[in-house]
Amino acid sequence: MTKIYGIQKAVNNISFEIEPSEIVGFMGPNGAGKSTTMKMLTCYIPPTSGEAKVCGLDVSDQSIQVRKHVGYLPEHNPLYLDMYVKEYLAFAAGLGGVKNVNERVDEVIALTHLGKEKHKKIGQLSRGYRQRVGLAQAIIHDPDVLILDEPTSGLDPNQVMEIRDLIKNLGSNKTIMLSTHIMQEVEAICSRVIIIDKGVIVADDKLENLRNRSEGKWLVRVQFASVVSGDELKKIQGLLELTALGNNTWRLAGDNMQFRQAVSQFALSSNLEVTELVSEKDSMESIFRQLTGHVDNL
Amino acid sequence: MWTIYKKEIRSFLSSLIAYMVMLVFLGATGLFMWVIKGNSVFDLGLASMQVMFEMAPFIFIFLISAITMRSFSEEKRLGTLETLTTRPVSDLGIILGKYFAGVSLLLISLLPTLVYYYSLSKLGQTEGNLDTGAMWGSYFGLVMLGMAYTAMGVFSSAITDNQIVALISSMALGFFFYVVLGMMGDISVLDAIGKSLEWFSLQYHYDSMSRGVLDTRDILYMLSFSALFIGCTKIVFESRKW
Repeated sequence: MTKIYGIQKAVNNISFEIEPSEIVGFMGPNGAGKSTTMKMLTCYIPPTSGEAKVCGLDVSDQSIQVRKHVGYLPEHNPLYLDMYVKEYLAFAAGLGGVKNVNERVDEVIALTHLGKEKHKKIGQLSRGYRQRVGLAQAIIHDPDVLILDEPTSGLDPNQVMEIRDLIKNLGSNKTIMLSTHIMQEVEAICSRVIIIDKGVIVADDKLENLRNRSEGKWLVRVQFASVVSGDELKKIQGLLELTALGNNTWRLAGDNMQFRQAVSQFALSSNLEVTELVSEKDSMESIFRQLTGHVDNL
Repeated sequence: MWTIYKKEIRSFLSSLIAYMVMLVFLGATGLFMWVIKGNSVFDLGLASMQVMFEMAPFIFIFLISAITMRSFSEEKRLGTLETLTTRPVSDLGIILGKYFAGVSLLLISLLPTLVYYYSLSKLGQTEGNLDTGAMWGSYFGLVMLGMAYTAMGVFSSAITDNQIVALISSMALGFFFYVVLGMMGDISVLDAIGKSLEWFSLQYHYDSMSRGVLDTRDILYMLSFSALFIGCTKIVFESRKW
């Protein structure tokens, strides 16, 4: 499907399919078209061309049907700040066509651990709790598909962990698509990742496969106290590549897991004082950077 | 639709606006009817609510605009329109829910004025000697007029995410359709054109209903006026999809 805003192509001819009860991470730099894609899937805006189907239902022709099957948490999590938590969830349940509104509201409150806050106004809640309310309203009509736009942005690390756990728990019987630009998040909860950049899909694969792309390369950043020549460093066992980062700092790529030890061994044996030695194991991060065009020359 | 209706009524009643609107409306009509010299019931010596029905359309222009200004602009500003429109509810359902909530609030604020009616009928030289037909006609006309104003207000609210802009444009629309078009017939230069333009004004039809004559043409006009603006709201509402 494609979405064109005026003359700008926000989403350019992307195509993907998500299996039932898969948790998919939707990644990309800001402005890549993540939110636009999600808005199209939730029937907020129609695609300019192409078609999107959720649960086999077309988002343009069977919009109302699609919306019954989709729970959506928009970016920035908009809420009515002057409504009470329970009141708001009952409202959401009513709109979602839930039959036993009160029962379902209590159920969802328990599920999202909102018990203590349920009699407060949404405006009085902290961001973490607001995010839970946002999740609660998204799952209130028990949808098969959850679309979450940056569910953990702007939260403190504890809250992030809590929300991730919540999503993981929910994911046992739902298809979830969540957008984020945090690698750890994808690694923590997603089984598959789709990376888009400038409206085009640049990667769509299982997490393991993607990780393997950089397999056979272990990166180490090392800083020496004194000047060291590149030729000297080439003596390190298993070295594949090396890049000078300036200020006696080098990024080294090795071919095995013990490469870091090899580097420190080398430093010891050649009497070089090391001031910093870090293994850059966050390979997802570098994959992301490579794919979305901000390539560091490794 | 009813879920939205209920939510709107609730949020009206839990905000100050509703009470202020009612207070101002009752205060103003009460003053004009009973207190202010020259126009009050006691000065005229007539058991008639004419004064109230003459003032109400003008007060309504302000008050209904104040009621409806939040309906869509606030949702747009908060971004909640996105959660609302991605629920299994049709666009028309959302608009009508908000519209009828506005109309209900209008009815609620009209309700206490029935006390005036009761007082008047008690005060009459012969108790209960009151032109009841004209009064109910006027009430009916006022409700119809209020519905038309509400439709304009909801429309104004849908075109902006700023409450103040919504308020002002809604008042401008009300002023135009009630006062400006209503005056057209009095401008001699315009002659016949002016007369036909006047026919399109809310005032023309409201006055005709106020006389206590319920003409289907007037009712039809008022209803289609509301429908027109609800239709426009729907178009504006769907413009996000363009």
